[in-house]
Amino acid sequence: METTGKIAGVNGNMITVAFDRAVAQNEVGYACIEQDGKTLRLMSEVVRIRGRVADMQVFEDTRDLEIGGQVVFTGNLLAAELGPGLLKQIYDGLQNPLPQLAEQCGFFLQRGTYLNALDRKTKWSFTPVAKPGDRLTAAETIGTVPEGIFKHRIMVPFAFRGVYTVKEVAPAGEYTVDQDIATLTDANGKDFKVQMMQRWPVKLPITCFAERLKPVDTMTTRVRPVDTFFPVALGGTYCIPGPFGAGKTVLQQIMSRYSDVDIVVLAACGERAGEVVETLREFPELEDPRTGKTLMDRTVIICNTSSMPVAAREASVYTAVTIASYYRQMGLHVLMLADSTSRWAQALRELSGRLEEIPGEEAFPAYLESLIANFYERAGLVRLKDGTTGSVTIGGTVSPAGGNFDEPVTQATLKVVGAFHGLSRARSDARRFPAIDPLDSWSKYKSVIEHDRVERLRGILRHGNDVAQMMKVVGEEGTSNQDFMTYLKGELLDAVYLQQNAFNDVDAATPADRQRDMFAVVEKAMLAEYPFDDKAVARKFFQGVTQAFIDWNQTPADGEEYGKRRDEILKLVEDAAI
Amino acid sequence: MQKLYHSIDNIAGSVITLRADGVKYRELAEVASRNGSSLAQVIKLDGDRVTLQVFAGAKGIATDAQVRFLGRPMRVPFSDALLGRSFTGSAQPRDKGPALTDNLIDIGTPSVNPAKRIMPRNMVRTNIPMIDVFNSLVESQKLPIFARAGEPYNALLARIALQAEVDIIILGGMGLKYDDYLTFRDTLDESGALSRTVMFVHTASDPIVECTLVPDISLATAEQFALKGKKVLVLLTDMTSFADAMKEIAITMEQIPSNRGYPGDLYSQLASRYEKAVDFEGAGSITILAVTTMPGDDVTHPVPDNTGYITEGQFYLRNGRIEPFGSLSRLKQQVNKNTREDHRTIMDAMIKLYASYKETLEKQSMGFRMSEWDNKLLKYGDRFEKEMMDLSVNIPLEKALDLGWQILADCFNPDEAGIPSKLTAKFWPKA
Repeated sequence: METTGKIAGVNGNMITVAFDRAVAQNEVGYACIEQDGKTLRLMSEVVRIRGRVADMQVFEDTRDLEIGGQVVFTGNLLAAELGPGLLKQIYDGLQNPLPQLAEQCGFFLQRGTYLNALDRKTKWSFTPVAKPGDRLTAAETIGTVPEGIFKHRIMVPFAFRGVYTVKEVAPAGEYTVDQDIATLTDANGKDFKVQMMQRWPVKLPITCFAERLKPVDTMTTRVRPVDTFFPVALGGTYCIPGPFGAGKTVLQQIMSRYSDVDIVVLAACGERAGEVVETLREFPELEDPRTGKTLMDRTVIICNTSSMPVAAREASVYTAVTIASYYRQMGLHVLMLADSTSRWAQALRELSGRLEEIPGEEAFPAYLESLIANFYERAGLVRLKDGTTGSVTIGGTVSPAGGNFDEPVTQATLKVVGAFHGLSRARSDARRFPAIDPLDSWSKYKSVIEHDRVERLRGILRHGNDVAQMMKVVGEEGTSNQDFMTYLKGELLDAVYLQQNAFNDVDAATPADRQRDMFAVVEKAMLAEYPFDDKAVARKFFQGVTQAFIDWNQTPADGEEYGKRRDEILKLVEDAAI
Repeated sequence: MQKLYHSIDNIAGSVITLRADGVKYRELAEVASRNGSSLAQVIKLDGDRVTLQVFAGAKGIATDAQVRFLGRPMRVPFSDALLGRSFTGSAQPRDKGPALTDNLIDIGTPSVNPAKRIMPRNMVRTNIPMIDVFNSLVESQKLPIFARAGEPYNALLARIALQAEVDIIILGGMGLKYDDYLTFRDTLDESGALSRTVMFVHTASDPIVECTLVPDISLATAEQFALKGKKVLVLLTDMTSFADAMKEIAITMEQIPSNRGYPGDLYSQLASRYEKAVDFEGAGSITILAVTTMPGDDVTHPVPDNTGYITEGQFYLRNGRIEPFGSLSRLKQQVNKNTREDHRTIMDAMIKLYASYKETLEKQSMGFRMSEWDNKLLKYGDRFEKEMMDLSVNIPLEKALDLGWQILADCFNPDEAGIPSKLTAKFWPKA
């Protein structure tokens, strides 16, 4: 018999429930409202238990709830449906498909309406891989179905512990996600029916792989400052903190388009709806540079924007990372982007405040750090049981209050990520995009260009920046020609390499090969010595080089003009250099 | 049957607590005392203890005041009869017109399904170059004006309202000075726009709870007009007063403050209002232009800071001019690709050069010798400020772009402006 309870208090999205039988921490229940002879059921989650009373966060607007109202517990934790059909979908934080909700409810999101995440009518063409008598453990393959360009593995449910013997596998054919496709027998001789769809509690990591590996290979993003200077590795983690208006979301969008991965899971968590819409409308039109299909074919969007219920915002990042981990089990490389983790942290703060917990810094709960660490630890490169590898790379944006990185969410994130792309207000004000601060940012991963060469140019940039600071005090005339040249070289690197025009098709995305090519040219221009003894002449020369470079940056790589423009720059440099 | 309650346990700030049963969360109640009556809303249920927020404030409420629960949430009347009228924060007439009671609609309606939103596509022309050229305003955008108190933000708001092509204007005033309210009304009246305007105004002397209702009422009304196919422009001034009102209430309720006394859900509260800006497919749209005053001219103050993360850009109003740095319209890319091919280039090039001009000014003020390049920048910056930034400039976008090229040509050589050679060849004015 199911556990039920009665509402004993309502405060914002938090309800207090007196229950009769057993309930579990994080168990899902439904709070009921009787209205016009109908029952509206609002999904809720247990967040604290004290005696026979549970505090539950409601994932919806709590208007009209009454003292004494019924709560029905489900016995399950908040879980995601996993199976073929996730790709191309747009879900809310609780994995309700938004387009289907729109068909049912129109313009507005109606509370209490929950739909199946995976369509129960679509038939998938199943090909068995396992044979009767095979001995399998969790996450090993039973069969496959084609999902777009991928071979979607139907696996032994992740929750199965121990070794199972295959008793029966359905023959090749068309099946829906909830039809039985295999019967497995456990060590005690008990039979289990298995479907293509399985559920997994989103707050628990999926760990059915052989081992975790160290992330080594660069995940190219075609963003020059990232790939060359502050690279990200497949299976690694990175964060993008920055004040509003510094271009976090645009950078995320570019990375979601051009990153060299199989699948992208986007979690729009507490941010603007408009930005999600851009992705929703553009991705089906844009071509995936790797496969020639549309970008949507490899994308899952989890979208819980800022005006949607706060509690579901907290769930949305977990739903997203669970889906990402599911595809990793198929030997795929998945990039999961969370925009923004600060909104997620704020959702935790609201919850903690309602629970009247003792607040930590800036009223964030004391367990914030460990939650953030746990979340980023769900990334990783793994070797699966069949020897193939898969990865989940996590990139999170952070929106620090006042753009000050010295706040709890940024600091907690910096401790656990492998690369830091700090965006700066000064750069965005000067329209230097992407506004990744070239001096403060760092990465522990391998670049597409040799470390020493990158560091040498970064050294010039740093020195040039010092000169620029000094010049503000002593003026140009008080600066030696040599220093002034260093300053100009730094500016050149910034203008032609670190800045990218996101609205120019060619300049917006630079593949690794082209980056190497460009780097060699800019390196040459920066390492050359020039005989200028007049600052105006020097400035004019560098303006000329910059202009030629910008023209080159916007030239497609496949044309004749590409090589011509490169040679032009090289000639400019050679003619002027000593 | 509605029960009457006569025994109030606690009164603090605008919040009262009493024992009652069968009460729904967020339900409305009427609190009548010998000093008058007011509406109140249920904000907390704990067993049979009900906490209510009294709209008119708790001043003068006696412990034996009569409380009657109405069994419905807050609603406001909606019809075309609203046009030309002005109301208080609890939707009572502020002018001499009759009270409206028909066709009540809920306020604080649910969020729009993101899957039903469409890409913003229509530019709202204002004939202010700093907006049209550099940060175009787009239909369905939500955009605040950041300014410190004393800047002419209300005048700017009124001017945009009058020049923008919209069907309905809704003014939500929060903590407005009474004379500001009159100025708004007169300005709209003189230009003949009053008949398409609805005003919900909370003045500084009104009860604080009404201040927190203004955005919801304004936006619920706007939503209804938009669903009927109208292009609605909602002006909210000043959202900092709204946030301060929430702060005041949260502190009285003994909530744990997060940052400078503001409640932890400030972001979500602001977002749920601003996110009402939308373009309905097959119907109208809501564009929100708000004012956020920055206490101490500090953009890192929690209200402007949280706002900046929610809205699609912001205009900084400083010394009576829209600052090009920091000001941003995130949606401009949706529209400025379809205006003229040189729009984006002019926008970028002029701002970059203006930034260099600012650096040169700094150098100059420290007494350094000006190079030839510096002198060019000085000339440029001066003209840019006078001919582009001044708010009195009133020219259409195309004229402003031409003017941009002219200023550049008067100050620089074509290869100094940082513009791709293809465009200089086409647009650079011949001497």
